[in-house]
Amino acid sequence: MGRAALQLLSSWAIPLAVAGVPLLALARKQQVYPAFLEGAREGFETAVRIIPPLVAVVVALGMFKASGALDGVARALAPLTSALGLPAPVLPLVLVRPLSGGAALGVVADVLRTEGPDSLAGRLASVMAGSTETTFYVLAVYMGAARVTRYRHALAAGLLADAAGFAAAALVVHAYFGR
Amino acid sequence: MSVLWTLLVAASVAAAAVNGRMAELTAAIATSAQAAVTLALGLVGVLALWLGLMRVAERAGLVALVARALRPALRRLFRGVPDDHPALGAIVLNVSANLLGLGNAATPFGVEAMRRLEELNPRPGTATDAQALLCALNTASVQLVPATVIALRAAAGARDPADVVGPVLLASACGAATAVVAAKLLARAFPAPPAGAP
Repeated sequence: MGRAALQLLSSWAIPLAVAGVPLLALARKQQVYPAFLEGAREGFETAVRIIPPLVAVVVALGMFKASGALDGVARALAPLTSALGLPAPVLPLVLVRPLSGGAALGVVADVLRTEGPDSLAGRLASVMAGSTETTFYVLAVYMGAARVTRYRHALAAGLLADAAGFAAAALVVHAYFGR
Repeated sequence: MSVLWTLLVAASVAAAAVNGRMAELTAAIATSAQAAVTLALGLVGVLALWLGLMRVAERAGLVALVARALRPALRRLFRGVPDDHPALGAIVLNVSANLLGLGNAATPFGVEAMRRLEELNPRPGTATDAQALLCALNTASVQLVPATVIALRAAAGARDPADVVGPVLLASACGAATAVVAAKLLARAFPAPPAGAP
């Protein structure tokens, strides 16, 4: 039942958004087309802007794998990761996600490329990236804007939210896509 | 990130030396650099489409619509912020924009909310409970349309790039719930210093 509802949501969300949003905007007498172009340009710039961090991360990960180091780490952590339901390729994402958004995107892209987007690892990486944030960046920007220098419990709460997001992602992906 | 990246690269070279895989390593360096650019360019189309749609959604007043729906719940979470204070309005817009996946639009609202909350802060420079909660909520990333992830999956040739939408919503809701509970509980564990203290 829950699965069917999620499936329905997943398959309808995108087409509904693509058709519904412009219709709504038109009904509200907005300039749909210029607004679209404005945002699309921003999307183009985003894609170009992430090339440098993507190169950095994908090269480092490519080296880490080709050298056999990832296999070694995965073997060492196997008891822990299998208990948590984490495939080895997803491991670097947990480490990098709170630190750097571009780097996390690089890890996801790398998992999708090497494991395939429809693999368990690929889906798990996608859900993990979608359901967590670059905690250190958010804190730096938000606290910095208000000139707050003592964060108190904000960092701990943010990292706990990340951890909960990772755990929930593993649970949901296994329940939803699991073999 | 500097330390992490450098260690990763150095450890790889060391491991390749131990495993006798220098040739594979050299090949991987070149092919990964190439692959990274191919990936980014593969993203251009879908990312442009989504951010274009997002901008249309913003103009259509969708953010304002969601904001109105969220206001009562957020008022309860951010007790101590006066009802008519501009901070609450900015918080509502920040959370709504996040919910709609408008990361770039959410940040200015969030920054504005933090500045307004600082006006209410009896201890400037030390985060208030409300400021910590707002930051935690933003790190939890609740969103209805995870556009960037969908774009990445589409570029990688997924059969149904959007099939992760439901799971992402569920997982990020867990993250957000944790953020709220943790912020509320930890606020007691890390009390603010008395007003006027250095």
